[in-house]
Amino acid sequence: MTDSATNAMNERKQKRVARLAKRHRAESRFKWYGRISIGFGIACVLLLFTDIISKGTGAFTQTYINLEIEFSEDKLKLTPLSSEKEIKAASFGSFFKKTVREQFPDVKGRKEKRALYAMFTSDAPLILRNLVLEDPSIIGSTRTISLIADDDFDTYYKHSYGKGLSSEDEIGRLNDFQKSLVGRFVDAGMVEKRFNTIFFTNADSREPELAGIRGAIMGSLLTLMVTLVLSFPIAVATAIYLEEFAPKNKITDFIEVNINNLAAVPSVIFGLLGLAVFINFFGMPRSVPLVGGFVLTLMTLPTIIISSRAAIKAVPPSIRDAALGMGASKVQTVLHHVLPLAMPGMLTGTIIGMAQALGETAPLLMIGMVAFIVDTPASVTDAATVLPVQIYLWSDSPERAFVEKTSAAIMVLLTFLIFMNSLAVWLRKKLERRW
Amino acid sequence: MNTAHNTMSDIAKETYQTVGQPLIEDPKMHVRNTNVYYGEKQAIFDVNLDIGKNQVISMIGPSGCGKSTFLRCLNRMNDTIDICRVQGTLMLDDLNIYDKKIDVVELRARVGMVFQKPNPFPKSIYENVAYGARIHGLTDNKVELDELVEQSLKRCGLWKEVKDRLDEPATGLSGGQQQRLCIARAIAVNPEVILMDEPCSALDPIATATVEELIHELSENFTICIVTHSMQQAARVSQRTAYFHLGKLIEVNDTSTVFTNPEHKLTEEYITGRIG
Amino acid sequence: MSLTTLLIIVLASAATAYMLGRTRSHQVAKPIGGVRNLAALPSYYASLMGLWALIPALFLIALWSMFDGPIIDSLVKASMPETAKNLSSEDFSLVMSQVQSAANGINTGSALGAEYQSAINKLVGLNESSAKWMPILTIMVVVLGGLLGFRLIKAEHNARYAVERVFNATLIICSTIAIFTTFGIVFSVLFESINFFQKVPFTEFLFGTHWSPQIAIRADQTGASGSFGVIPLIVGTLLISFIALLIAVPVGLMSAIYLSEYASPRFRGFAKPALEVLAGVPTVVYGFFAALTVAPAIRNAGDAVRDWGAKNGIEFLAALNVSSESALAAGLVMGVMIIPFVSSLSDDVINAVPQSLRDGSFGLGATQSETIKKVIFPAALPGIVGGILLAASRAIGETMIVVMAAGLAANLTVNPLEAVTTVTVQIVTLLVGDQEFDSAKTLAAFALGLFLFVITLALNVIALRVVKKYREQYD
Repeated sequence: MTDSATNAMNERKQKRVARLAKRHRAESRFKWYGRISIGFGIACVLLLFTDIISKGTGAFTQTYINLEIEFSEDKLKLTPLSSEKEIKAASFGSFFKKTVREQFPDVKGRKEKRALYAMFTSDAPLILRNLVLEDPSIIGSTRTISLIADDDFDTYYKHSYGKGLSSEDEIGRLNDFQKSLVGRFVDAGMVEKRFNTIFFTNADSREPELAGIRGAIMGSLLTLMVTLVLSFPIAVATAIYLEEFAPKNKITDFIEVNINNLAAVPSVIFGLLGLAVFINFFGMPRSVPLVGGFVLTLMTLPTIIISSRAAIKAVPPSIRDAALGMGASKVQTVLHHVLPLAMPGMLTGTIIGMAQALGETAPLLMIGMVAFIVDTPASVTDAATVLPVQIYLWSDSPERAFVEKTSAAIMVLLTFLIFMNSLAVWLRKKLERRW
Repeated sequence: MNTAHNTMSDIAKETYQTVGQPLIEDPKMHVRNTNVYYGEKQAIFDVNLDIGKNQVISMIGPSGCGKSTFLRCLNRMNDTIDICRVQGTLMLDDLNIYDKKIDVVELRARVGMVFQKPNPFPKSIYENVAYGARIHGLTDNKVELDELVEQSLKRCGLWKEVKDRLDEPATGLSGGQQQRLCIARAIAVNPEVILMDEPCSALDPIATATVEELIHELSENFTICIVTHSMQQAARVSQRTAYFHLGKLIEVNDTSTVFTNPEHKLTEEYITGRIG
Repeated sequence: MSLTTLLIIVLASAATAYMLGRTRSHQVAKPIGGVRNLAALPSYYASLMGLWALIPALFLIALWSMFDGPIIDSLVKASMPETAKNLSSEDFSLVMSQVQSAANGINTGSALGAEYQSAINKLVGLNESSAKWMPILTIMVVVLGGLLGFRLIKAEHNARYAVERVFNATLIICSTIAIFTTFGIVFSVLFESINFFQKVPFTEFLFGTHWSPQIAIRADQTGASGSFGVIPLIVGTLLISFIALLIAVPVGLMSAIYLSEYASPRFRGFAKPALEVLAGVPTVVYGFFAALTVAPAIRNAGDAVRDWGAKNGIEFLAALNVSSESALAAGLVMGVMIIPFVSSLSDDVINAVPQSLRDGSFGLGATQSETIKKVIFPAALPGIVGGILLAASRAIGETMIVVMAAGLAANLTVNPLEAVTTVTVQIVTLLVGDQEFDSAKTLAAFALGLFLFVITLALNVIALRVVKKYREQYD
């Protein structure tokens, strides 16, 4: 063997080793791309959730101002024996202002006084009136009443007060005088933070401190109820027909193609359909859960049909043979054997479809469920909004307090969704049958 | 009926003649000139066969010879396959099985079936046996139903084993028990004919022996058609044996004759293990 | 009686009929030796009787509610004065609605002459008798149907056939709803779009580069309140979708590859559901996140870069101007939303590649990444392309994120730092709030809807076909 040949071999070997190292480097680089991708995805999940939670937790507490109020007969011009009509006619507005002024006698000037009243929710006189209406015997006595603080007060107190922040970092719209008032309320021991029940018991309001999600939750429930009542039977019937009864022909194929395509049609298109067909053509009312339910039914049907069909397909044919061999009719076979066995899978699909419907916003905007509605809907024909639309509406409001409320509403919505999806997973695990 | 297929079956007719004794006197079922197609493919060629009353007849033959297909024609289980078409005359006593006016549901109540793999419903043992009675309205009250379930299980020798756990799921039984339960389920409807499609192929030898004994006992009251892979089984349980080959019924005769003195060369080759 | 009460009564009667039918069939069975001698099970006779009580009544209610209005209207029209009959259809509907409100006792303040009094009286009378007769007739039909069903309970009559036919018919009706939905979408969108194109020329819509439905810019434009050129919307939609895919495709694809080829079962068991959480988050939440967190962050980052650029005299950086509704923010968040979509589709596709191909490559001494890049990826490419097309269709049709985070101004730009608007944003903006149904503004939304439907449908059909072809290749 000549030297040159040996050299060449060595060179080749070296090249191969270098190449191998390069290949291994490429391998680990490739692996890292994968890890980074997954890391990015998971980081997004974490970021999203921490962002929402950090913004929203504040909304679950509400600041109250405990105000000692003398329900004096003179000031109210009422007695414990006054009739309901008289109480309703009494001027609680000026009574309330007077009471507040008396506790802060040094606040002078119209602007300052107005700032003082604005520390309380604008509904304060109404709250006092309702108290008296409920129990007229408090007239003449002195009570300590917890009044809801105004949203600006609330925001400042919860997020900035006493945190030693520079004025630039402080959140809220209060000016220095108002901030000093907050300080005086706190020093007087009148301020208290409590769990925010209003958020769950009130419907929407222009005042952030009085706005709650009860109306939206009820709207969502009613809408989902309509959706469930319609979509589940229709989807199951369709799935049964296509899997068990339908002859293989052009029409069946056409139905299948339709279902698959509908599953991928943008949701906003379903809104257009609802607007043109249900509202414009059939003259159904706007903003009602009934129509919302119709639209969401059409939207979720493909999802439920597709998963129901998969569930029916998973029932082994030997069960059908057994029943048919016994002399069961096709319908009996399906109703007695196939359907009960496919039910867990169908229910799982339905829950997932319902979760999708619960989070849906765009089609409901189209059919007018974006109206500002202060009443909690009681039936499917009452004007209503739903939770995601409420989130959309609040996210547009400029008040800092609404940002908080929006995030809190999102937390509630996500809780519902997590619950529904866990239920679906649990159902699948629990009732899944291995053949 | 499609003329193309007629000519095909005409050709088939010319090519062979079933040997032995396919026709007997006073049959429970008789099958004449029967052809079965899966789409364009013909699976059964011009079969003529009588099935004797309260007799066991076994169908043997290599895999894919059409014996299972033939069996499933006898209670129209082939209806569940869209592309399957059956031609010819198949009679149960005086009833034309493929008459358009026949309700398959009633037919299957008269011609029960037991499948290759035990397929109990995923319900309780009791419900499995009671199911047929329920859908056919055979009993008027719970007492009668209980009685029927007990009788059926007793006839299959399963009663002692399961009487204390009638409410437990049938899927918890052993393979042999499951298959006997399926037989109990079939006889609870009190059919006239029971079709068995390789009922022991999924069972171990001991369970097989129990089921075979059961078949033997049942033959006193029921007409039984059994498809089997095992020649020994055919020899043990049946009075008559039919040999199928590639969709054609080659030979039918008393079981002893078929196994000791086969007429047709193909039958002989199969029995002696040269085809299989 | 309200419709709901009537429906409840009908349903209750049908249930009673079922019970009666059951009892009756047992009665019939007794003398002839029990249920076994009936042609069908008692429950079938009972169902038959129940259905006879229910279905004709439901039909009656449906027909009545449908034709009640038009018939009354035509009768009322007949008793109107001659002058009203000769009015144009628009004026007539105005008169009609005045008559209606008068009949309902609402004083609209409009002066309808005394000659209309007979029409008003007629309407009041007809409304009353309709309200009175519908329940009476319905209940009669329920009873008659029930009786007919009752008479069908005979030992030799097999009730199962009829009941199963009704069952089958119900299944068929339910499964046609998918077809009706598609037709509903196509016709409603198409119908309103045709109306729109009568007001605004088709070519102007498709090739116009200016979109401002709110303000009349050109006075000579008849019927339209603004200009309707869809190009800026398309560009905006594509820009945002492109940014979204730029994020979602590499991340989703690499995640799927890592999870299916490298990850241990334990890691997969944790990471897969974690990524799928992204798919379960409602779009309105993404919208909120984009509008309140991502967009301000991007803007602040942009401002910081601009200040730095100004300080260091880098001119193009100093001129940087990030809109607070930048396409980048919406696209970024949308991309995050689509990640699980891309990854689960790619996962399916990659898993469909047969093991034998992998084995072949490993057998030649290829590393895993080489196998993936040189063998699996090319083999899976059609499926992946199909998945990307589906993701694109999803991005184009996505609404809430862009409604909340992208702007309304229809800028014709491809700069991701500027505000753009999209087709879906405009649909929502044009239709939210009360709108007159014949204004070009409202109709434009339907034209956009048609456009969106056609584009997404085309993408879906192509994608599904590509994926299907790919599947068949390895089946």
